[in-house]
Formats: sequence, C-alpha cells, structure tokens
Amino acid sequence: MSLKERIEGILGRDLLELTEFRGDICVEIPKNRVIQALTMLKEEAGFDFLSDLFGIDNLDLYTKAKKKKKKSEDDEAQEPEEKGPPPPRFEVIYLLLSLSTNERLMVKVRVPEDDLELPSITGLWRAANWPEREVFDMFGVRFKGHPNLRRLLMWDEFQDHPLRKDYPLEGKGEERHLNYDIA
Amino acid sequence: MSKEKGLETICITTGPTEVGDYVTLNIGPIHPAMHGTLRVITQTDGETVISAKPEIGYLHRGVEKLGENLTYSQFLPMTDRLNYCSAICNNVAYEMAVEKLLGIEVPPKAQLIRMIMMELARIADHQVCVGILGVDLGALTPFFYLIIQREEIYEIFEWHHGARLTNSMGAIGGVEADLPDRFHEKWPKMRDTIRRANDETDSLLTHNRIWMDRTIGVNAFCGDDALDWGFTGPMLRACGVRRDLRKDEPYLMYDKVDFEVPVGKHGDVFDRYMVRMLEMEESVKIIDQAYALYKELPDDAPLMKKMPKIIRPPEGQIYHAIESPNGELGFFIKSDGSDKPYRIKIRPPCYMVYQAFEDLVKGEMISDLIACLSSLNVIAGELDR
Amino acid sequence: MADWQIDLIKVVFIWAWALLIAVVMTWVERRASAMMQDRLGPNRAGPFGLLQPLADGIKLFTKEDIIPERARKILFILGPILFALPAFSTYAVVPFGDKIVIGGKEIILQVSDVNIGFLYVLALSAIAVYGMVIGGWASNSKYSILGGLRATAQLISYEVPMGLALLTIVLLYGTFSLREIVLQQQGTFLGFLPNWGFFKQPVGFIIFLVAAYAEANRVPFDLPECESELVTGYHTEYGSMRLGLYLFGEYVNLVALSAITVSLFFGGWALPYVDMGKFLGPVSYGIASFLVFFLKQAFFLFLFVWVRWTVPRFRYDQLMGLGWKALIPLGLVNLFVTALLVQLTT
Repeated sequence: MSLKERIEGILGRDLLELTEFRGDICVEIPKNRVIQALTMLKEEAGFDFLSDLFGIDNLDLYTKAKKKKKKSEDDEAQEPEEKGPPPPRFEVIYLLLSLSTNERLMVKVRVPEDDLELPSITGLWRAANWPEREVFDMFGVRFKGHPNLRRLLMWDEFQDHPLRKDYPLEGKGEERHLNYDIA
Repeated sequence: MSKEKGLETICITTGPTEVGDYVTLNIGPIHPAMHGTLRVITQTDGETVISAKPEIGYLHRGVEKLGENLTYSQFLPMTDRLNYCSAICNNVAYEMAVEKLLGIEVPPKAQLIRMIMMELARIADHQVCVGILGVDLGALTPFFYLIIQREEIYEIFEWHHGARLTNSMGAIGGVEADLPDRFHEKWPKMRDTIRRANDETDSLLTHNRIWMDRTIGVNAFCGDDALDWGFTGPMLRACGVRRDLRKDEPYLMYDKVDFEVPVGKHGDVFDRYMVRMLEMEESVKIIDQAYALYKELPDDAPLMKKMPKIIRPPEGQIYHAIESPNGELGFFIKSDGSDKPYRIKIRPPCYMVYQAFEDLVKGEMISDLIACLSSLNVIAGELDR
Repeated sequence: MADWQIDLIKVVFIWAWALLIAVVMTWVERRASAMMQDRLGPNRAGPFGLLQPLADGIKLFTKEDIIPERARKILFILGPILFALPAFSTYAVVPFGDKIVIGGKEIILQVSDVNIGFLYVLALSAIAVYGMVIGGWASNSKYSILGGLRATAQLISYEVPMGLALLTIVLLYGTFSLREIVLQQQGTFLGFLPNWGFFKQPVGFIIFLVAAYAEANRVPFDLPECESELVTGYHTEYGSMRLGLYLFGEYVNLVALSAITVSLFFGGWALPYVDMGKFLGPVSYGIASFLVFFLKQAFFLFLFVWVRWTVPRFRYDQLMGLGWKALIPLGLVNLFVTALLVQLTT
C-alpha cells in the first residue's frame, strides 16, 4: 500500500486535499481538526517525529492571481467580481517524518486572517514549542494552549509581524500602526 | 559507573521550582562561553541551576524575508551565514533543495566534489566544537591542535573556490571548479595529520580523570525525550538513537560509500564528545572512498548541468534535508513560478536542540550549564537566521 | 656594616628577585604554553619577546583606572593590595641559600629565620583569601561575588590538608623553622636516596602539592576565576593596575609556593650527594647554593605551567569532594602513620 493510500485511509474525511510535487506529499486538513488529525498521523501512520512547523503568507499569491484574471478578463466582457469570503490568507505547515520508514509528509492547515488561532500541538510534540512561538512572532498566528506564547526572535515590544508579505523590506514597517509615543 | 551517575543527575532535577530566594544570574549575550550571541537567564540556588531560560534573536537578520526578495542564485551567499562553522553544508543543502524543486540531477563528478567538501566541512565543524568544549572546561591545549588542522582544511577550500569561511561553494546545478591540483598531493598528508591531531586530543582528554568527571553523566538525556524535542544529528546519536540522514535518506552518493554511524548511550556530554570524535574518523573514511570514486571518472567529465541564466522553477513546494554536522538541515522552498522563491524556510538543527536547554540543565551546576552549551554546538547564526 | 643594613639589603634583594622571577614567569607561561600548543607566543618585544612583560606592565599602568559606580570604593581598592602583599611577605622566611662570607662577616641567606616559619606561611596564605573575597564582594557584580565565594570555600578547605601535610614534616624534623628543616635534609636516606623530605614523606608531598595548586588558583583548581563560567570571577570588574596586581600577585604566589616546596621536600639549597662547601670558596659557595635553590624552584615553577596547559578544570562540588573526602582523610592517616613511625624509631 502506498503512502498516499495509507494516508487517505487514515485521515478519511479530514483529508481535504492531497498534492504531490517531486515526491513530496502535502495533505490539507481542516483547521478545527488539527489535533485529532495529527494524533492519527502520529499514532496510526507512524509519523512520530515533528521535523518542523512554519507559516506561509499567501497574500501575494492571491493578488497575483487576481491581476492575471483581471488582465484576461479586460479583453473580454466585464464580469462582476466574485462574491463570498476571501480565501484564507495564511497557511501553517507541519513537517512530519516517520522514523521507521523515513517518509516525510507535509500537513497543511489554512488559517483565515479574521480567525488567527490554531490549537497548539506542544502536547503532541514538545518540539513544537519554539516553532509555534516563531510562527506567532512572524505571522501573528496564535496557538491556543501553548505554555509560553511570547515573541521568539523579535523583542517583546515589537508591534508587527515581519514575515507577512505586506511588511516592507526596507524601513520600519512596524511604524505603520504605531500605537506608542516616541519621546 | 556512568549510568548510575546519569540517574543521579536526573533525580536531582526534581527539586524545588518556585522562584523565591534564588539568585537570578544573567549569562550573556556578552559572555565568554556564550558563543556568538546567546543568552540564558538562570535562577540559581548557590551553584545549582534552578531554571535556565534561553533568550534568542540577538543575531536575527531576517534571512528568510531576504530570501523572498532575492533570486535563487542570489540567496546562496546568505546560506553561508547560517552555520558559519560549516558553510559548505548549508550551501549544498540549499543547492540541492533548489535542484529538487527544478527536478534536475547534477553530474556525478559534481556530486563527489560536493561530498568531499562537505565531509571536510564536517570535520572542521566537529574540530571547532570539540576544541571549544575543551576550552570551556578549562583545557585550552587540544583546541589549538584541532584549530591548526582546521586551518589546513580551510586552505583546501581556498584553493577550490577562493573563500575560507563564507564559502558560497558551487552553484545551482553543480560545482564551479574541479578539485584543485594541489588537493591530490595534500590530501594523503592531511589525512594523517587530522588523525594525529585527533589522537592527541583523545590522549589529552578522553581518559583524563578530570575530563571524565566533568562530562560523564552530565546532563544525560534519554532517546525518547530527545526525539520528542526534535533532536537530530550528533545530539540524537549520543542519546542512543541510530539516525543519520546520510544512511536513512541517502543523497548525493552516500549510498555508494561505506561508513559507520557512531552512537552513544547516555546522551551526556561525554557521549556527545565521543560521537563527534568518532564522526571525524568516519568522515575521513568517506572522503577516501569518495576520492577513489572521483578518480574513476574521466578528467573531462562535466561539473555543471546546463542551466538557464535566470532560474524559474515551476510552481510547487518541496522540502529537502541533509545531514549537516549539527543534524538535520532542511530547506523548505515554495515557488510561485517567478525568479524569486515565494517562501524559504530553513530548518536549523540547533534550533530544536536549544529549545530543550532548560530540560537539559535543570538541577545541574553552573559549570555543567557551560559544558552543556558547548557540547550542543549551538551556532547563533543558524539559530536566529 | 651594621646588621640592619645587611637585613635591608637582603629584603630589597629578595623582593626584587621575587618580582623578577614573577615577571619572567608571565613570559615563560606564555612562551611555554605556546610551545605546547604549536604556537609561537609573544616574540616581538625584545629578544624572544622577553620585554613583553614590560610592555604589559606599561599598558596596565597607563590604562584608565575605573572603579564601578556601585562598587564599595575603599574595599575595592583594598582587595588587590590584600591579595598581593601576603604573597610577597611569604618570601621573608624562605631560606634561599646557605650562607655567604663577605668581608669576614657570615651572612645567612634568608631574610629572617623565624622559628615558627611554618605558621607564618600558613597565616599569610589565609590572609590572601581576603583579597579575593573583598575584591569579589566590593565589585558588586554577581560573577565577582560567585568567584569570591568559590575562593573562600576553596582556600579554606585546602588549607586543612595543607596543614596536615605540613604537620607530618614538623613531626619528622621536630622544628617549625624552615632553615632547620633544610639543614636536616642533608646527607642520604637509606644509603642511596638523597635525604629529602620527598623520599621520607611522599604522601605528604602529594597532598601538599595538590593543596598548593588549589591555594595558587591554578588549573585544575582555578574555579575562582574560571574565565568560561564566571567571566574572570572575583576580578571581573577590575581594570588597569588593580587587575595587574591580582594577576601579578598570583605569580608571586607561585614563586613563594614553589620556594616552600623546595625547602620542605627537596633539600632547599643543597645538592644531593655533593657537599658544595668542601671545594668552593665562601663567596662562591653562597652564590652556588642560591643557584641550586633557584634551579629546583624553577622546576616547580615550570611544573605549574605544565599542569595548567594539560588538564581541564574541576567542577565546584568535585573540588570540594577532593578536598574533604580524599585529601583530608589521606592526610590524617598519613599523619597518624608518621607519628607512629617517629615514635617507634626514636
């Protein structure tokens, strides 16, 4: 049984999407089932090692896609803009590794901008401690149940989240919404 | 003997934990034993460490953000600044990740040159780590024996690609130059001097009573805890888990060479030291075999894959990890089809190790905290990125 | 020449000599460690870098003298002085040669032949602790106070085994005077060995040597300064010549300790098997005895350097364990056996 089939069997309805690129398998799971799905993967599929955990900001991907679409539509008849909620802006990816079979698996969770909260998996792997703090630091995604959710790399008074795509490369981006006085 | 000592130290860790009449001792970020810019805030009861909170970020340069705004080739020099003790391993890890993203395979000669250089870098890294461990425990002399050999290794790097510390070796798609002519004369001699320096270090430290007292049983760690904390590399192997990406997920031509994976037992400072010492010996063996394979190839074998001037990988995301001297060094790259990576995430090995620092040193003495930190070989450059 | 003039000359000579050796020691330490570590060491100032200590001295003297704001000023100034003075004073009771006859006057080569020479040495080494503790306390820094505390515990605990080792020597020779002890070490022991304290009292010698290393704050017992853990321990906050006094006092201390080791265990100024007085003139004999003493002392000085660059450092609890659990019981047993033997043979 291939890895794909095994994961499909184990995750069942929790598996939203499965993509494969250059042999790296990435599965998407729903946001409210993170703990359950990861527990299943750890205990049933044998992915017992958390290699890494990090976030991705998809803002630029969406704007780029929109632009492309607009360009192609400009030539033809104008269509009304699509309605409905915007696609979730952030992704958090869990990199899992099976020590017995040496297979790796990316588990993707989409986090919308208006609900930046995920359950913490420090109870499953203590290794998630600092990576979760880093994701909070860099993207502002809060992890519920984390023992010590403070900024990791930036200093505590820092206001912004530097790895977000709208954080400028030059200048003091955090001064955009400065809410303290500089004497 | 050592096992009992290990148990003894574990038992001490269940001491009082409330903050009361303890002294807060701030170690770092400017302190002789905090290599680079690490900082640990400790609560001590006399000399005993009650709690130790590592603070990181003093060398945070935003490498990942910079990566999103540089082209694939431009990012290569950034990787030098991660683990600057073995920059070549970072370079190769990044190059291999991009090659995986592009779906290409580099020519065999380039693979062998990468292997030889990476193992040399591994030796250099372990030499620094073992040397610094000695310095922090008061034995300064072995450090110099090892550092002289590291200079010789840097000499080879300089001959090959012109840089000593921040190598930026190779390029996406291969390596830029063949092994230098002087390498062929130098290596047989250097193999012996590396071994001799290791033997001298071994005779000064390994069976020294004071060294054994200072390292055996000091912050012993069990394998299950280590896996839970995400340990990789020598630290995990010292805990008794035989795991080495060169064996488990072979890349380059590591499946064609024959080498051992040294494993410790108790995960204490002594085991970490021994694992590193033995790994240096294995690396010498690997270089010998890789060099023999290299000799079989014709002189005019290609070094580079033909690459476009601007690299535009297809859309997709990959993760590729190699065994760097400190453990699993992985690069996650997400591409949106443009000439710049959409997201680069570096998985540095000592990041995972250092977060368990409090668990490692709780209940031990200040001197052990220093010994532990040196044996972990935490490099601020790759820790903070 | 009146007696006091001769005494004054002796005092000036021996202080200058001790200072000179200490200065040269700083150079020897660097060059010898460089030799051991495949390096060159300082070799720019003067021939073989011999003027390097002078350059260091000038540097230390001309640096800005900083007293930290929160430090206790008087104690901060007192610390290095209290550390360096006892080290110098120890040399007063060391017999650095036999005697020299100048102008028909017999001069004993020792500043003062105190009949309680031993107690004087022990008392002074106990005072040196204050230098470190006060320096550590007055700096108002956590590293300094930890270094000072370590120094207290270490020096007090290693004085006990040192005292026990010295007691066996007293039992053996029946005197507290260092000169008397040296005189009693002439001739041979068991017919073929030099009649040295080392051969009569090997265990006592080992205990004494280990304790001496601890008293001198040298690796493997350099915990009070311990640059990788406590930055530099009790003198972290010191700079300029105050720091210089601490560093220099340590070397003077080494000189004094090696002189005492030679006097007690290695026959002082006398050569084994050879009686130099028989074939040397009165003046040359005095000089020769001094040189012999110096050569023996130089060996122990080099041993200090040798050990320092060879072994790692102890941990605090291991240091205490070695002192209280190994050296003191061993010293007590040794004392008992020695007392028994002395009682049986006399």
